[in-house]
Amino acid sequence: MRVIFKTSYDQDIRLLKHGGYVFWYGLLLLALLLAPLLLDAFYIGELSMIFIYAIAGLGLMLLVGYTGLVSLGHAAFLAIGAYAHAYLVGHGWPFLLALPAAGLISAAAGLLIALPASRMTGIYLAIATLAFAIIVEQLVINLKSITGGFQGMAVDHPVLFGVSLTEPWQFYFVCLAVLILVLLGCANLLRAPTGRALMAIRDSEISAQSMGIPLARYKAIAFGLSAGITGLAGGLFAHKLSYLAPDAFNIILSIQLLLMVVVGGLGSLHGAIYGALFIGFLPQALAILRDYLPPGVANTPGLEAGIFGLILMLFIIFEPQGLYGRWRKVKLYFDIFPLYRKATFKRQKVFLKTERLQ
Amino acid sequence: MDLAQLLVTGIAQGCIYGLIALGFVLIYKATETVNFAQGDLMMVGAFIAFTFIASLGMPYWLGLAAVIVTMALAGYALDVVLLRPISGQPQFAVVILTISLGFVLRAIAGVVWGHNPVSFPTPFSGKMLAVGNAVISQENVAIIVGTLLLCGLLFVFFRYTRLGVAMQAASQNQLAAYYMGIPVKRLSSTIWAISAGVAAVAGVLMAPVALVEPQMGFLGIKAFAAAVIGGFGSLPGALLGGLIVGVGEQLAGGYLPQGFKETSAYLLMLVVLTVRPGGLFAQIQRKKV
Repeated sequence: MRVIFKTSYDQDIRLLKHGGYVFWYGLLLLALLLAPLLLDAFYIGELSMIFIYAIAGLGLMLLVGYTGLVSLGHAAFLAIGAYAHAYLVGHGWPFLLALPAAGLISAAAGLLIALPASRMTGIYLAIATLAFAIIVEQLVINLKSITGGFQGMAVDHPVLFGVSLTEPWQFYFVCLAVLILVLLGCANLLRAPTGRALMAIRDSEISAQSMGIPLARYKAIAFGLSAGITGLAGGLFAHKLSYLAPDAFNIILSIQLLLMVVVGGLGSLHGAIYGALFIGFLPQALAILRDYLPPGVANTPGLEAGIFGLILMLFIIFEPQGLYGRWRKVKLYFDIFPLYRKATFKRQKVFLKTERLQ
Repeated sequence: MDLAQLLVTGIAQGCIYGLIALGFVLIYKATETVNFAQGDLMMVGAFIAFTFIASLGMPYWLGLAAVIVTMALAGYALDVVLLRPISGQPQFAVVILTISLGFVLRAIAGVVWGHNPVSFPTPFSGKMLAVGNAVISQENVAIIVGTLLLCGLLFVFFRYTRLGVAMQAASQNQLAAYYMGIPVKRLSSTIWAISAGVAAVAGVLMAPVALVEPQMGFLGIKAFAAAVIGGFGSLPGALLGGLIVGVGEQLAGGYLPQGFKETSAYLLMLVVLTVRPGGLFAQIQRKKV
């Protein structure tokens, strides 16, 4: 077990805590940079999809994992980002300008929903976001002049500095760059006062308020940031799909995004990445699994969603801290071997005390 | 269509939303958690009724009783197997658990009963009743009467029976209720059984007017809006919310441009939540420190 002797405050909030971090993250970056040389075009495409999911997951993680606000409608922000980006690019905006603009438009939508949302708590908020997602879906269908309605709209390959990025590896690097930027942004945010304030709100609204954190403003900030980041992912998603239709952004996608952050591990940036990997590879695993099921069962529509649900259920019951939580447990087990105790990560139970009047 | 017909159709539709919303409110009242799978429980109830009445040939009323008992047992089992292990964890965990339960139920129903809509005969099928200059089918009358009866029964249950009061106590403060000798765990399983029974009734009543198919449970989302408008935790509120949503939906379909019919429930809900964050019969207040 490594013990770091800290001699300055800067050292305490440093992103790369020690040489091990530098080595392993450097190795990971190198592997990602070399991946297009080593892997098939198909896998490069899959990896860029995973990067896009990871960006959206980071956005949702800020909201669910760090501010403690549950959103059941994040597909709406993905849709807003995707359609805004596609519309702007279609009207001649350069890619580098349209993508941040899509993020900003999505963030504005996030702020809009934050107005009523910041007064709600718990389930009310979850339901309000769900309603928002359904309204956005209907808007996409009915605003035919902008979105093309049910016919959908085609999205061209992204054009960067006059070069059309038609090859999968070119788009792969675009996604990787955006992911790294967003990741660094989130990591920085979380060690800054804003991020700390969000975490304080998650842990206890009352104590946060007592410490002088204006709840409504910070909840609005959380919604705006989360929606903005998800909107960025939406812009990339539009290019990846290359054809936008309203049914791509239904409630199943919202649930998938939520599944991602829960399975990955709430309250950690690693969790969003692990969750994206999980979501990215799950369809492949399910396709293989299908061969082993009786044909009557394997061909029913909705089976995939059912298996998603089952996995989510198992995680909530048996490993509420997700893949990252499991990794931390395993790591600690070996770090302090043979002193690990099962109770180390046990959560304290809270007993229900209502705030209702009868 | 004229206004009277829209209103009558809206009220019948609203009663269905109210009926599903009752199930949400029941569980919320007793355990302060929300069962997002309520609509899917209703779907399973309707399919089991189809099996009993159409496939096994039971008479309608016997079939109804059998479905209620089956679903109640299933509801009890769901709470024991799924909900009990995560009791004492944040509300959020229950939300995700029940959402995923809904997906699993839908997939199971798809495998067992297939995706083609089915129906079964009822004693109310095909007869019409004239109210003023509007027409209403007997199936819709059955829905309205059934909803009012159930709502009244449950209201009396919570207000006047020992069990109902004990449930309210458990939802107010679990630990204190436990110290008073209330079997909190068993109570929450019981309320799941009751609410699954209500879902079964909703499914059976709805079967003649809606298609019985695995996606039927998505109606639950609108019922959700109804429960929120009424103020979660209030039984009459759930019914009122259902009526508001049902009538609003019909009026929006009749008088407003395309797209408003599908979203009217949610727009109404967002408006109510913005004005009164706790719903019409609000029961939530600021926590005192």
